[in-house]
Formats: sequence, structure tokens, C-alpha cells
Amino acid sequence: MNAIWQYANPKKFIDTSERLLPWVAGLAALCLGVGLIWGYFLTPDAERFGATVKIIYLHVPAAMMAISAWFMMLVASLIWIIRRHHVSALAARAAAPVGAVMTVIGLVTGAIWGQPMWGTWWAWDPRLTSFLILFLFYLGYIALWAAIEDDDSAADLTSILCLVGSVFAVLSRYAVNFWNQGLHQGASLSLDKEENVADVFYIPLLVCIAGFVLLFVALVLMRTGTEIRARRMRVLLARERMK
Amino acid sequence: MRALLLRDLRLAMRAGGGFGLAMAFFLIVVVLVPFAVGPRADLHSAIAPGVLWLGALLACLLSLDRMFALDWEDGTLDLLATAPLPLEMVIIAKALAHWLTTGLPLVLLAPMLGILLNLAPEAYGALTLSLAVGTPALSVIGAFGAALTVGVKRGGLLLSLLVLPLYVPSLIFGADMVRRASEGGAVTTPLLLLAGITCGAIALLPFASAAVLRVNLR
Repeated sequence: MNAIWQYANPKKFIDTSERLLPWVAGLAALCLGVGLIWGYFLTPDAERFGATVKIIYLHVPAAMMAISAWFMMLVASLIWIIRRHHVSALAARAAAPVGAVMTVIGLVTGAIWGQPMWGTWWAWDPRLTSFLILFLFYLGYIALWAAIEDDDSAADLTSILCLVGSVFAVLSRYAVNFWNQGLHQGASLSLDKEENVADVFYIPLLVCIAGFVLLFVALVLMRTGTEIRARRMRVLLARERMK
Repeated sequence: MRALLLRDLRLAMRAGGGFGLAMAFFLIVVVLVPFAVGPRADLHSAIAPGVLWLGALLACLLSLDRMFALDWEDGTLDLLATAPLPLEMVIIAKALAHWLTTGLPLVLLAPMLGILLNLAPEAYGALTLSLAVGTPALSVIGAFGAALTVGVKRGGLLLSLLVLPLYVPSLIFGADMVRRASEGGAVTTPLLLLAGITCGAIALLPFASAAVLRVNLR
């Protein structure tokens, strides 16, 4: 267990993440390039759906990452609350805008896909609505980080907001199920092989998902490094002024 | 705790602004809706459950930022934090005072405003009941939001951004219950879920609020 906690040291974190970053970013670019080109140009059009189905290669990975990002923030916040490692708090802060953008990508691609499929850009369907609410949670979280000046208080407050927000995000997810029957189809991916989309689409989709995960990791590593450096710079400036 | 509750109630009554304001706001929101959607009685009765719940929710939101702000500014909050009373209980007392001065009047006012919006006759009981069960959750969740933003200058807007997503489940179940009642359906399921949210919020959120307040008082 000692192995992971050593990265609570910002220096160590930056050194290691800097070494990893080109690889992760390169792999992300490779996976996304291969997955998207494969998905968009080399798969046949699905019967009944036509070419519109191909937006799945952006929509599904982005939607998955939007939720995973919040989950990662939750874990990072818990680590901050329990063990008070600053890198963890900064990682949560760094992940929030990435997660928010993923949510927007999920919503926008969903709308573009929904227009030809359902004949509407937006429907007050449980999945769509809970995603919109998730987006609002991201906004609140980012705004709270920005609003509080003291770093440690901001980390504390936002991590508690993240915990409370997780509970309410889950609650909202089930609450919206309640008032409307959805247009959105069920899960496209599951461990049950029968329910999956056909293999032709499945494999490039997996490549795309891997690409999005790697992209997320790369962005979070990069942004966390930036946050650490920004904080260090602020300390140096403050020290300079004290002289 | 009782002393604190009475103090807050007295302050709300006598200092003015807080007590009647929420009701007046609720009234004006509901009165504005028919102007916005046009004079169609059938439409009004269709949207009445949602509008009444939304109005109550916004009226509740309006007075949240005063919950801790004044005590924070003059240092009362520091004294309360060092008092023998646990900070969790302080939060509960504050939330209760907020509910008594905001939520309860809204509950009582809502049926009258229901008449203005041509709400179906079967739904008045459900409306009062759903608001009575649901608004305590709004106050407790609001106390959490107010505790989060107490150190932020002009935190009112931020407070709304933080609190409104947390209000979503209560709003859905509350409005759904009234809608079902106005269509003559069974209301037990949304009522139980609404009560569950309220109970859960009252049981758990004061701890989060107290933790947040301690951070802010550090």
C-alpha cells in the first residue's frame, strides 16, 4: 500500500506524471484515431439506423467518462478528507472541468443523434435529465472552487459538496425515472453478450472508450501538474513579497 | 437549543424582511404565471402543481443566504460553535427556525394560491401534505448550502447554483404527488419517497453542514 501514497508528494507526483504523460497522451491519440477512423469509415451502416448510429463512438465513451469523472472526484475527495494529501484535492479540482466537458459532449452528441432518431433535439427523458443535473453539479462544484480564496478551506468544502452531491446525483437519477417513460434505449454495453451491439460496432467502440479513458487520465495528470505548479508559484511570490 | 430557536424566530419576526418576504414572493410568482401563459383555465390547472411547487421552492431559496450570514458577520456563529451545544444541533435549530418562518407559511398559503391557478379540487389535500412533508427537506438542504457559502462575499448566486440541483428529487416527487392527486390517482408512492428524502436529509445533512461550518470558522 505504500506504493500509491508516495505520490502524495507533489514532487514525486510531478516527476512520475511527467514521465507518463507523453505515453498516456500518445496512446490516447492512437486509440482515438484508430477507433474513430475505424468506427466512422470502416464499419457498415447499421440497418434501420443508417449512418447516424456512428455518433455512438463519441456519445457512449463521453457519457461513460462523464460519470466516471465524478466517481474519480469522489474517491479523490475522500482521500483528501481522510488522509489530507494535497495532490488528491488538486486532482479532484483538475478533473471537474474535464468531467463537465465530457458531460457536454455526451449531451450535445445525444441531441445531434436524437434529432434524426427521435425527431427531437431534447426530451425530458430520465437519462437525459439526470445527465443535465449531473452537469449542474459539475458547475456548482467548479464555481465553489473558484469562489473560495483559502486553498485548504476550498478543498474541504468542495470535497464535502462532492460527497453530498454524489448522493443527490444518484437520487436524482432514480427520481427522474419516476415521472417519465424514456426515449433513450437501455445500456448499449453490458457483460451479457446477447444484449450487446453487434461485434462489427463493438470492437471499435471499445477502442474509442479506451481512448477516452486515456484522454481523461492524460488531461487530469496534466491539469493536476499545472495546479501544483500554480500553487507553488503563488507560494514563491508570497515569499518574495515577504522579503 | 430552544433558546436559539426562539432567538432566531424572534429575529425573523421583528427584524422584518425575512418573514413576509417569502410569502409575498410566492404570491407574486404565482400571480405572474397566468400573465405569462395567457388566460386559459385548463392550462392553468394542468401546470398548477408544478408552478406551486416551483414557487414554494424559489421562495424558500430566497431567504437561505440570511440563515448564517448575519451571525457570521457579527461573530455570533463563533460563540455558537464554542458553546456546549453541538454544532449539528445549532444547524438543526437554524433550519427549523427557517422552516417555521418560511416553509410553514408557504404550506398554509399554497391552497389559497391553488385557487388562483384553478387547481383541481381533489388536489388541495395532496398539495398541502406534499409541501408540509417536502419543505423541511428544502430548509435542511438549504442550511447545507448556506453553510457552504457563508464565507463567500455575495454568495447568494453561488448558493442557488449549489442548492438547486440538490432540490431536484424533492421537486420531482412533490410535484408528481400533486399532479397524480389532481388526476385522481394514488399518491402513496411519491408521498413515501418524498418523506424518505426529508427524513434522510434531516438525519444526515446536519453532519455535513456542521463539518462545512467548522471549516468556514477555522
